[in-house]
Amino acid sequence: MTTPHAQQASSALPHEPEKATLEGRNKVLGFWLFLGGEAVLFGTLFATFLTLRNQVADGPSASELFSLPITAAATFILLVSSLTSVFAIQAMHRGNRTSLVRWLGLTVLLGLAFLALEIYEFAEYIIHDDYGMTTSAFSSAFYTLVGFHGAHVLFGILWISILIGQLFKKGLTVVTAPKVYVSAMYWHFIDVVWVFIFTVVYLLGKVVG
Amino acid sequence: MAHAHSVKRHKGLMDWLTTVDHKKIAILYLVAGGLFFGIGGIEALMIRVQLAKPMNDFVTAQQFNELITMHGTTMIFLGVMPIIFALMNAVVPLQIGARDVAFPFLNSLGFWTFLFGGLLLNLSWVMGGAPDAGWTSYTPLSSSTYSTTHGVDFYTIGLQIAGLGTLIGGINFLATIITMRAPGMSFMRMPMFTWTAFVTSAMILFAFPAVTVGLVLLTFDRILGANFFDVAQGGNPVLWQHIFWIFGHPEVYILILPAFGIISEVVSTFSRKRLFGYSSMVFATILIAFLGFMVWAHHMFTTGMGPVANALFSIATMLIAVPTGIKIFNWLFTMWGGQITFNTANLFAAGFIPTFVMGGVTGVMLASAPADYQYHDTYFVVAHFHYVIVGGLVLGLFAGLHYWWPKMFGRVLNEGLGKLEFWTFIIGFHLTFFIQHFLGLIGMQRRVFTYLPNQGFDLMNLISTIGAFLMGVGVIVFLINIAISFKQPKGVDGDVWKDGRTLEWAIPSPPPEYNFKQTPLVRGIDAFWKEKMAGNKEMTPAEPVGPIHMPSPTILPFVMSVGLFIAGLGFMFTNDDFGNSLLNFLFGNYIITGIGLAITFGSMLLRSLFDDHGWHVEPEELNDKGVKA
Amino acid sequence: MIGQVVFNWICQMPVHNRKKTEKWGRSMMKPWKAVKRLVPLFVGLALLLSACGREDLSVLRPQGTVAEGQLGLIKLSITIMVAVMIIVFGIAAYVWIKFRRKPGQTDVPKQVEGNFKLEIIWTAIPLVLVLILAVATVQKVFAYGENYSNDKNAVKVKVTSHLFWWEFSYPEYGVTTAQDLIIPTGKKIALELKTADVLHSFWVPSLAGKTDTNTDGTINNAWLEAKNEGVYLGKCAELCGPSHAFMEFKVKAVSEDSFKAWVESMKAPAVLPEDPAVAEVFKNQCLTCHAVGDQGGPVGPNLTGIGGRESVASILLNEEGSGKPVGGKPVKDNMVEWLTDPQKVKPGNKMPQPKEDLGLTDEEIDAIAQYLADYKLSY
Repeated sequence: MTTPHAQQASSALPHEPEKATLEGRNKVLGFWLFLGGEAVLFGTLFATFLTLRNQVADGPSASELFSLPITAAATFILLVSSLTSVFAIQAMHRGNRTSLVRWLGLTVLLGLAFLALEIYEFAEYIIHDDYGMTTSAFSSAFYTLVGFHGAHVLFGILWISILIGQLFKKGLTVVTAPKVYVSAMYWHFIDVVWVFIFTVVYLLGKVVG
Repeated sequence: MAHAHSVKRHKGLMDWLTTVDHKKIAILYLVAGGLFFGIGGIEALMIRVQLAKPMNDFVTAQQFNELITMHGTTMIFLGVMPIIFALMNAVVPLQIGARDVAFPFLNSLGFWTFLFGGLLLNLSWVMGGAPDAGWTSYTPLSSSTYSTTHGVDFYTIGLQIAGLGTLIGGINFLATIITMRAPGMSFMRMPMFTWTAFVTSAMILFAFPAVTVGLVLLTFDRILGANFFDVAQGGNPVLWQHIFWIFGHPEVYILILPAFGIISEVVSTFSRKRLFGYSSMVFATILIAFLGFMVWAHHMFTTGMGPVANALFSIATMLIAVPTGIKIFNWLFTMWGGQITFNTANLFAAGFIPTFVMGGVTGVMLASAPADYQYHDTYFVVAHFHYVIVGGLVLGLFAGLHYWWPKMFGRVLNEGLGKLEFWTFIIGFHLTFFIQHFLGLIGMQRRVFTYLPNQGFDLMNLISTIGAFLMGVGVIVFLINIAISFKQPKGVDGDVWKDGRTLEWAIPSPPPEYNFKQTPLVRGIDAFWKEKMAGNKEMTPAEPVGPIHMPSPTILPFVMSVGLFIAGLGFMFTNDDFGNSLLNFLFGNYIITGIGLAITFGSMLLRSLFDDHGWHVEPEELNDKGVKA
Repeated sequence: MIGQVVFNWICQMPVHNRKKTEKWGRSMMKPWKAVKRLVPLFVGLALLLSACGREDLSVLRPQGTVAEGQLGLIKLSITIMVAVMIIVFGIAAYVWIKFRRKPGQTDVPKQVEGNFKLEIIWTAIPLVLVLILAVATVQKVFAYGENYSNDKNAVKVKVTSHLFWWEFSYPEYGVTTAQDLIIPTGKKIALELKTADVLHSFWVPSLAGKTDTNTDGTINNAWLEAKNEGVYLGKCAELCGPSHAFMEFKVKAVSEDSFKAWVESMKAPAVLPEDPAVAEVFKNQCLTCHAVGDQGGPVGPNLTGIGGRESVASILLNEEGSGKPVGGKPVKDNMVEWLTDPQKVKPGNKMPQPKEDLGLTDEEIDAIAQYLADYKLSY
């Protein structure tokens, strides 16, 4: 993780504060492993979805249901939030707490915007189209896969918000830095999962049918 | 040293509830796993009593289906897995020369979630009926249409919680083995048991999330009315079989690999020889794990996947015989030219080899799909997997427990009783299961609560039942042996077998809280043996004596698990009518579930907000504790 | 192939031989001392013989093409595996005896790292053995995976499994029956298998291995063939609920002429009870779910010619049955037992209780049982 700003690293903190202690290194490694498990979790959900995506019973099919503009906007928002999270980590490596907190805050806001769009989308289906978990095998698979992702986003938002609070109270230290770092890893992971969801669920559903 | 003050120490029960010491967690795993193993064993005996004679009515058909479901589920998830984790916790950090695991907090959390998941599952016996759709819980039999009690809900939710604990444990051991090895302990110098713990943990990481998803889908079908497995709405029951076995087959290797590790340690120690073909053992372990993920569909040959899939999965499955064969011959040639001592631990290891080979060869026979059309779902299969899991894993666990018991508890088990226990158990085992191969071949299908007379099944079933009770006697003798061992004073010699090869034998029994006063320097495979051969009595330290950092005890993992327990129980009863408006309101609106989750996530928040800086054992204290000179 | 020879000698020994052995065994039982010495031997022998099982039920005594081929594969794999076991056990026994630590032995044995040549050998040999088995396996996978549902010479049967009974319909002939699958010998029977509720598995050990009956969308095809006339036991092999153990059926292989006669008699108009009062009860209470001939409904098992079947409810064996079951009872008694309390005979089955739910009296049950017991088809 060398960045062009490496030279500006503050003298109080090592360049990569998240890896300065054994606890920090363990946390990062353990989190990579955890993400491996999460990948299998989402992989299984994707496999389930792909098996059942045409099993619409009496309910609407994917192409009848989805509206691409909203999900495209959501995709854009989440991708940008991944970028802001990268900037946050760069700020952390510079030892710049104020900048770090600002970028994290922006990430949280973008995450909230994404979540709002998703809730709006679900509400449209459920209230206007009367399209719920019980409609068909396809609807069950759709809500479970996308809902699992949404729950992950919500957890990420809460997590990063709490970390912002901790950064204010405890400052940027070798204890808080690994926490920020793994939360960023998590955020990138759910972003990548969303890219797959957008492709496999929405694009495939809308274009291929 | 701001944190040099000693931390608040708990005593008695609180000590056990809050401990983050891997050696104590090992004991917790052993006690809990032993308890569930006992329950599963009693269920097994009830099954065998029912089958002792044709048209028996010791239990009803429904009770029988509950017994077989709970026997399988309990033994696999709650019996043998935790005992494996007990040995991994007790031994792996010592074998790699570590003071602790990578995540002591998670280690404790893993144990408590496993325990509360297991308790939830077993609560079903007293809350309306246990799950009755088999440990595989194939849909639609396990759907709410055909399994109308809450039994299967206890199964799905209990296993999700217990599985979470296993997953956490797996991640912890992976990280521990990657980062916490002592200086000089390269991967290719790790003891074989540590290697198998490592590979098993990796398999847990990639297998358990799959079954978690499967269980979530089944829960959603049953409680939220989803349609994953409901054909009328487009669902697909065969999907469940795929998801279950994508987890289920690796699970078999998750179980057996640690047993391979134990046998490697025991055989090598009691032959006074290094493990023959160490590198090929490592290679074989990894290959078995890899192939283990490629063969799940051999459980589904009769499902109707078509000849191409059946042929491919047949061949893939047969290939596993090759790395397994490598292991068997390596053990035999470890003993070749050695000086073998047959104490109880090594007797179990010696019993393991032929017994496991018998389970292995029937495995290759089952891999041949057209022949499997005949074996599948008969007593032949029951015999096969009991040869692998009991004849393989359980014998391995007994070997491991006898071998490491002095290290864990500072007391040795009695050899006379140990030998009695070995002979009753292994004779009982073969009596129970050998004959079941034939029962299957002459037409007895599995999971039948009884059978008509005059089919030629009667005598063989009776013999099988007698054998099962003999195995029960073996286990009781083991328990007596344990009870007697606690009459000895604590503190046998650290290297109690005199021929210990690995690092755990270089420290006192039981080890002090911090394991190693000084982190040892590892200079080769079988590090402690190497030092002894060089004439040293102890390991060469890699660092000067200094203060040792220790994690603080905490009650949070326990509380988090209680939260999950409450949430699971609440979710299960969402659609029930209690005849009480308050209860209906609390359960029907997910309020109980919410409270449970709030407890869990609230504890997580506390853990994040209040940093645990741990505490230090000072050098003066080290000397006080009378560490071996 | 010593394994095969031994196996054939035991399992395919002519039946009269076997009986002789048993009789001889019994006559020796009288003097107590001889018995004491010979008991283990005889128990072993009896076990070995009974280990081959019944001709109409055992995988080891196949009566049809598919089961024979499967047994061939089983024998091939057993032979290979016994050879492997002999080698492993032999080496193990040798090292255990030869390399025990002797008292007072203090020298340290040579620490051997490994042996490249040996390790190559025990990787290569299993690989070769596995390949032999793999070739035989692949051949048979495709042979038994063949779908004969479009073969003109094959008899097509649609198998539908229910909790806890089997429905067999013959689309070419337009007839449907239950519990006893009637087939002509020497012909391929093309099966199409599905379930009406939970998963079951169709298994006739002496004719062919099992195939699961899945839900719509994943329907399976399989085939079997019986060489000789006879009655073969079939079982459900997938856990399906409380009476999974009792979800049996029979396959009755008859000559081709008999088979044709059976189809004709199945198509004949229904025979109803002679007593009009009984006929009324039977129509109102039984035919709402069951069918006889051209009358009634498809919910329960078809009852046409039920008196001539091998069993009532698949587990109450009829002594009149052509399979001559040991421990069978008169079909009427079985019928009364079933109709008096179906839940007791087959826990969890879906039939309403005739007495409690349908209000039948003992007399009515007896009359209906008599009628059904007498309802036989001639073929």
